[in-house]
Amino acid sequence: MATQHSRSAARMMMAPAVILLLGWMLVPLTMTLFFSFKKYLPMRGGDLGWVGFDNYIRFVTSSAFWPSVTATLVIVLGVLFITVVFGVLLAILLDQPMWGQGIVRILVIAPFFVMPTVSALVWKNMFMDPVNGLFAHLWQAFGLTPVEWLSQASLGSIVMIVSWQWLPFATLILLTAIQSLDSEQLEAAEMDGAPPLSRFGYITLPHLSRAITIVVLIQTIFLLSIFAEIFVTTQGSFGTRTLTYLIYQRVLESQNIGLGSAGGIYAVILANIMAVFLMRIVGKNLDA
Amino acid sequence: MGQIILEKVSKTFGDVEVIPPLDLTIEDGEFTVFVGPSGCGKSTLLRLIAGLEDMSSGTLKIDGEDATHVPPAKRGLAMVFQSYALYPHMSVRKNIAFPMRMAGVDKAEQDRRIEQAAAALNLTDYLERRPGQLSGGQRQRVAIGRAIVREPEAFLFDEPLSNLDAALRVGMRLEISELHKRLETTMIYVTHDQVEAMTMADKIVVLRAGHIEQVGSPLELYHKPRNSFVAGFIGSPKMNLIEGPEAAKHNAHSIGIRPEHIDVTDSGGQWQGRVAVAEHLGSDTFFHIHDTGLAETITVRATGEVGFRHGDTIHLTPRQDQIHRFDASGLRVE
Repeated sequence: MATQHSRSAARMMMAPAVILLLGWMLVPLTMTLFFSFKKYLPMRGGDLGWVGFDNYIRFVTSSAFWPSVTATLVIVLGVLFITVVFGVLLAILLDQPMWGQGIVRILVIAPFFVMPTVSALVWKNMFMDPVNGLFAHLWQAFGLTPVEWLSQASLGSIVMIVSWQWLPFATLILLTAIQSLDSEQLEAAEMDGAPPLSRFGYITLPHLSRAITIVVLIQTIFLLSIFAEIFVTTQGSFGTRTLTYLIYQRVLESQNIGLGSAGGIYAVILANIMAVFLMRIVGKNLDA
Repeated sequence: MGQIILEKVSKTFGDVEVIPPLDLTIEDGEFTVFVGPSGCGKSTLLRLIAGLEDMSSGTLKIDGEDATHVPPAKRGLAMVFQSYALYPHMSVRKNIAFPMRMAGVDKAEQDRRIEQAAAALNLTDYLERRPGQLSGGQRQRVAIGRAIVREPEAFLFDEPLSNLDAALRVGMRLEISELHKRLETTMIYVTHDQVEAMTMADKIVVLRAGHIEQVGSPLELYHKPRNSFVAGFIGSPKMNLIEGPEAAKHNAHSIGIRPEHIDVTDSGGQWQGRVAVAEHLGSDTFFHIHDTGLAETITVRATGEVGFRHGDTIHLTPRQDQIHRFDASGLRVE
């Protein structure tokens, strides 16, 4: 595979895929950049010419900007925390030999196959509805006033819905990691006098650190752009307007394509900062 | 300070009896080797002593005290695993310190014992490395270091050399033997390799299907195997076991004669055969001989270089005083 000839042949064969991927990425990015420097209002006069960095300044100085960054961070960090902690616990649980293990594992993974829109609708209407939801009935059974989840605990509710969707992913990755742990290491630690909690802390958790970083990295990328769950539940109200949702509102609700594009570029920069940051951590972890 | 007594100890997994009730005494300071073919229950027996498996019945006494239900960490035993089971994310120093840290030994004492163990095992230069950066032999020494610092009543070794290459294995065998001479602590060593058993042990326990076939010193086992299984298992190359009319001449169901106890001549031997394979090792020559009139292929060991080749006719004479006789159930007949 290392001759001059085979290398150039390999390049030729990879070229179509690389060009397609580059085009797929570069065309929308260039268009977004292009519009972000324009005043472009489709319903109110169309293309009104170049405005320099006006859109960028307006986007960050708007009163909705910082709350949307906060909301994004709360959702991302909240979901990460819940999925990692419960993912580790569930993985340990599922690793125990038990009757019906295969079925239980499939059931645990099932939420991952439900489309985000569907799962958000199910949660909204079947669980969190203050009149007919299961939670409302549960609260009433204890003589309590039902919680209006999506208005009173809006961010928490969204974190809950998204965590439910992503927990299977985290569990699956962590379960495979736990299964690759050499049982002799745990036995050695047991003979060395380490009680169960120390064995978890000194052996299992370090062994899982790599898998945890991967879960965090992949989930962060996807969680930064969650949209459907917010769209079908709160529509961005009650403090659930994330950066992604704010951009959507600017483009489609305010019909201001230039402003939305500027927001989009901010989101790209933010995602890249996160990516570089995470890649470093992962790189460090993967080296060891 | 390290006497281990097993009384009627047994182990069953579900319906399968892996170890039928057995009794065994391991004296203080003794180097005991459990040896047997794979699946004979030797590792299970070691894990029962370690406490990593629960006994189905029977009692285990360590230093005269009942340890049957004592958790593994409290038995005062240290174990070296086949995979070494080092903690990959900790440095060698931290690996060795781990059992002391768990036991709450103070820092200065920890350091003293680590330095001492590292010096004894040639690990001083590697203390800050991770296990992944060490060779197989070094990892093995770290695992032994981690066992030594606990100052245990007894060491348990579970096939510790089987992951090393042949040259390293011989070296580590000597190191472990030396360690035993120096520490004079009880050691129990599991292996399927009868050479390791013969060279290291004070006492060998030969196991087959969970049964103890024979217990004794290496030379006892070599000279007076209690049955045909032990006779065939101990010694390399294997003892020739011959049945039929040849055995009947000695009033036995089968007779055994070790390859080194058969003399090779050009003519006039008791048996005559044809050389199938000749293995020339320089110091010794092994012959595998067919067509002797016996049903079995006969293996012969001749000292030094002997000039028979494939297809040559060869004459064999077993030394009469070295013939072992066994009855129909395989037991030794004196």
